[in-house]
Amino acid sequence: MISYNWPKYGESSVIGKEHDRIDGLDKATGAAKYTYDINLEGMLFAKMLGSPHAHCRIKSIDTAAAEKMPGVRAVKTLKEPGNEIRWQGDALAVVAADTEAAAAAALEKIKVEYEMLDVFVDDQDLEAAEEAKRTNGAGEDIHVEMEPDPDVDEDEFNVMELERQFKEAAAVVEGHYGISVITHMCLEPHGSTCVWDGDKLIAYLSTQNVSGTAAQFATPLSITAGDVTVKCDFIGGGFGSKFAADAWGVTCAQLAKETGRPVKLMLDRDQELKVAGCRPSGFIKVRIGADKDGLVTCWDSTHWGTGGPKDNGGVNKGTIPYVMVPKNYRRKQIAVMTNTGEDRAWRAPNHPQACAMSQTALDDIAAKLGLDSYEVFLKNLDNATPKKLGQSMAETYREQMKIAAKLMDWQSKWHPHGKGQAKGDVVTGLGMALHTWGGGAANSNCLVKVHPDGAVEAYLGSQDLGTGTRTVIASVIAETFGLPLSAVKVNIGSSAYPVSNPSGGSITVGSVSESSRRASQEALEGIFDKVGKKLGVEVSSLEARDGRIRVKDDKDNSLSWQEACRLLGMNPLEVTGKYEPGKTKTTLSSSQVGGVQMAEVAVDRRTGVVKMKKFVAVQDMGLVINPKTAKSQMYGAVIMGIAYSLFEERIMDRKTGAFVNAELADYKLPRLGDIGEIIVEIYQPESEYERGVVGLGEPPVISPGAAISNAVCNALGVRVPVLPLTPKRVLDALKGGKA
Amino acid sequence: MKAFDYAAPTCEADVLELLSGEPGETEILAGGTDLVPLMKKMLATPDRVVNIMEVSSLRGVSADSQGVTIGATTTLDDLLAAPELDDYPAIKQAIEGISSMQLQAQGTIGGELCQRPRCWYFRNGYGLLADRGRLVAEGDSRYHAIFGNEGPAKFVHASRLAPALVALGAKLRIVGPTEDDEVALSIEEFFRTPRHESQREHVLSANQLLTHIILPPASGVANATYEVRHGEGPDYPLAAAAAAVRIDGGLVTGANIVLGHVAPTPWIALRAAESIFGWPINEQTARAAGEAAVADATPLKDNGYKVQLAAVAVERALLRAAGFETGGFE
Repeated sequence: MISYNWPKYGESSVIGKEHDRIDGLDKATGAAKYTYDINLEGMLFAKMLGSPHAHCRIKSIDTAAAEKMPGVRAVKTLKEPGNEIRWQGDALAVVAADTEAAAAAALEKIKVEYEMLDVFVDDQDLEAAEEAKRTNGAGEDIHVEMEPDPDVDEDEFNVMELERQFKEAAAVVEGHYGISVITHMCLEPHGSTCVWDGDKLIAYLSTQNVSGTAAQFATPLSITAGDVTVKCDFIGGGFGSKFAADAWGVTCAQLAKETGRPVKLMLDRDQELKVAGCRPSGFIKVRIGADKDGLVTCWDSTHWGTGGPKDNGGVNKGTIPYVMVPKNYRRKQIAVMTNTGEDRAWRAPNHPQACAMSQTALDDIAAKLGLDSYEVFLKNLDNATPKKLGQSMAETYREQMKIAAKLMDWQSKWHPHGKGQAKGDVVTGLGMALHTWGGGAANSNCLVKVHPDGAVEAYLGSQDLGTGTRTVIASVIAETFGLPLSAVKVNIGSSAYPVSNPSGGSITVGSVSESSRRASQEALEGIFDKVGKKLGVEVSSLEARDGRIRVKDDKDNSLSWQEACRLLGMNPLEVTGKYEPGKTKTTLSSSQVGGVQMAEVAVDRRTGVVKMKKFVAVQDMGLVINPKTAKSQMYGAVIMGIAYSLFEERIMDRKTGAFVNAELADYKLPRLGDIGEIIVEIYQPESEYERGVVGLGEPPVISPGAAISNAVCNALGVRVPVLPLTPKRVLDALKGGKA
Repeated sequence: MKAFDYAAPTCEADVLELLSGEPGETEILAGGTDLVPLMKKMLATPDRVVNIMEVSSLRGVSADSQGVTIGATTTLDDLLAAPELDDYPAIKQAIEGISSMQLQAQGTIGGELCQRPRCWYFRNGYGLLADRGRLVAEGDSRYHAIFGNEGPAKFVHASRLAPALVALGAKLRIVGPTEDDEVALSIEEFFRTPRHESQREHVLSANQLLTHIILPPASGVANATYEVRHGEGPDYPLAAAAAAVRIDGGLVTGANIVLGHVAPTPWIALRAAESIFGWPINEQTARAAGEAAVADATPLKDNGYKVQLAAVAVERALLRAAGFETGGFE
């Protein structure tokens, strides 16, 4: 029985060291082929027609004129007369033609008649939504610390007890906070190139789910999943929006079948923003009470937001209040149903909004009591609910706060809210926030082949979401075999390979580390077996190190890796490592991470322009396979956080329901000059290493909203309630107006 | 994009030959940073595109005692590098503010002045004056006009250089329809507020060509541009101002102050100029000029905040022209 484990702390030779991505050069030089780069012989170009109207019913669709346009090979409708369209851009029809221009010209010839329906897109104004009957109660609960007497009605008691807590509180703040809808903005839009080989489909799909999307193609095409191969060697971003084949993917395959030619269908940028998923908004009215030290004792909130037309959209109330949950609280969630594109998972679903709606209120308690925000956060760690390995994470947060404060130089920079020294019209401020995430490993299978000539290959139906997955797998296997990183050839990005989970929820690094460590340890046992016999020693006395299989106590007694592999004989050794959470006992991975982030901003009080000065992100993630790519993830997450804190938002025209800024020119994102200095720090004491690998793709994107909002509030002495903190919102808040 | 004929003539006369008199039938291509996106969105659907980048007489910067002459296809990068423009910081600051290397390298001064508005209703195909202006008035007007917006036009003029060029008193050389038709037009007469969809934001006929921008000498004229920008990217400013002032004995003896991104044309702030006239430039007088500049503003539903931004832009452009710190991010 093999004991699956990592090298002892400090004894690894590959993992834990900084490595460049093994496919970095290919990506940088353009040799890497992304889905958008897949162009096949005889390929047709498909373009999709979206509804210009946000809410309407299709009366008729006439494609006859489009079909007669030069170069057009096939036209397919995705909607029928009678269908209701619930957001602008929803797919109506697709044209496949010889050229992109011919397809675009044909789209203009499709005649659609609409019956117009009432449009509602305003997710922020709850009263307007209620008046328009566009709200739905999505749940409410109340918890108090005290138990009622047996003969007292529990519901009544809870309400009275909560009110009693508010009466006893040393400070009560009533606040309004919010965070606008942002859309997915992957550099590579959604889409695919589909080609048939007889009755078998090959779909080159921009996906974070190669193993899971084959079946999604098969059912609507009336073939089996076994007839579908989904391939994605490189993806230009997914962030939670690319788990599905999507209607346009299936249509692309249908058009390829119908025309007998490969078909490429990639969404245009405006379509990408309108139909390919967004992050729900969150707006909250909250009453929060605390004792004189700032420890929050009671919380009462109603929050609302939209996830599109559905009646349960918005931020899951289970995440509010966020991380630090007081002993007494009531929370109510209302879904606002709008004629806007549907939400999809967006990097750490619910958490960024929950953090921005909760830890802003906490910071306002600090302001009200005239306390240092750091001290108030520290105090409220008594209420921290996240646990890892059964233990409260409060201690981890405390340590991380110390490190972050040192990196930020918090103590010497701190001033009470609104009391900083202005330079001209510019004031500076500090803010912080903290977060949690799961990130535990999910199902993964890894097939490792060791050839008699020493070549090593790995196969996984996983994908590189841009995070360095190939490098992680190569690192784990190279570590196990005592080989350099370059000795391992990693094959991922195909549904033909052993099944691995989709890349979402920060699970990939844990999942593939599990399966590839297991596969390679088992393969190594097989090789040790042969080497042990050859050298006449016990298998347990052997180790793989520095390209050799050697006897631990007699290091000259060894074989080179190639000599050892030659003992395999004619055929390669093939092992599949398997990990199933809950079934497989493990010390290789665990779950639950925490992170603390601090922001320093400068605000021009007269223009409302906010500039990032410095941002510090401290994060644990268990055992770190490759610190270099881990830090890259943190940098990326912080920049994405700055984007939604200061720039990014979906802007809808209230009358028409048009998504007016669905273009890169108008959908504002930060540039290099906007991000300031970013410091990322991996928190990895031995205890973290010992608990194994945990994912970190999502967690560092959670805290920037609250941290930056708190920093702006600290600078101005006034809360700018809703993210992103645009000059308009800052000035409106300074004038005491509605944001 | 609609299929089109393409021509790349090498002299002004040939350009004029290739241009149609009907609006929209032909389009002039210079840097293409605006025309190409408009064509991709079918907002411009010319039958012929006339590339003027091969016309060598249209390119370059030259100076003599009468001032500086700039060819219309001179790129923004070339302007930044031109020593002839060292006395015109208002121009160079505006170009630096564009901050996209691609736009600076590819964009031309003529194209910069003739670019179409960024109004999102226009760019989304609703038209520039959609629903006689009601679409903007009742819609999302956060980036729209706070001056000159009483009619159907509520967009803001897109040019970043226009405020500086108007403040500096530039003239434009325009030729066409034939090569014998040549006028020198004062730049403020070049811009106009369109009254119907087929009109552009300038007075050029479809078969006319802007060839050169002529600047008077800048000796003794302190000048600067200040843009209020949301971020450091290529996004357009929320409000901007250019100031060109003559200072004698510490007092302002002449001032041109022009606002950008607040009206369908560059907006001359006469009252601001009057306010500063006869005074030294300092924090108080600059602020007073800023307040005077926006006294007549008529903000829409969502853009009241731009009134303050315009005032601050004027104040800071004046301070910057006079060599003071602006008080904002430098």
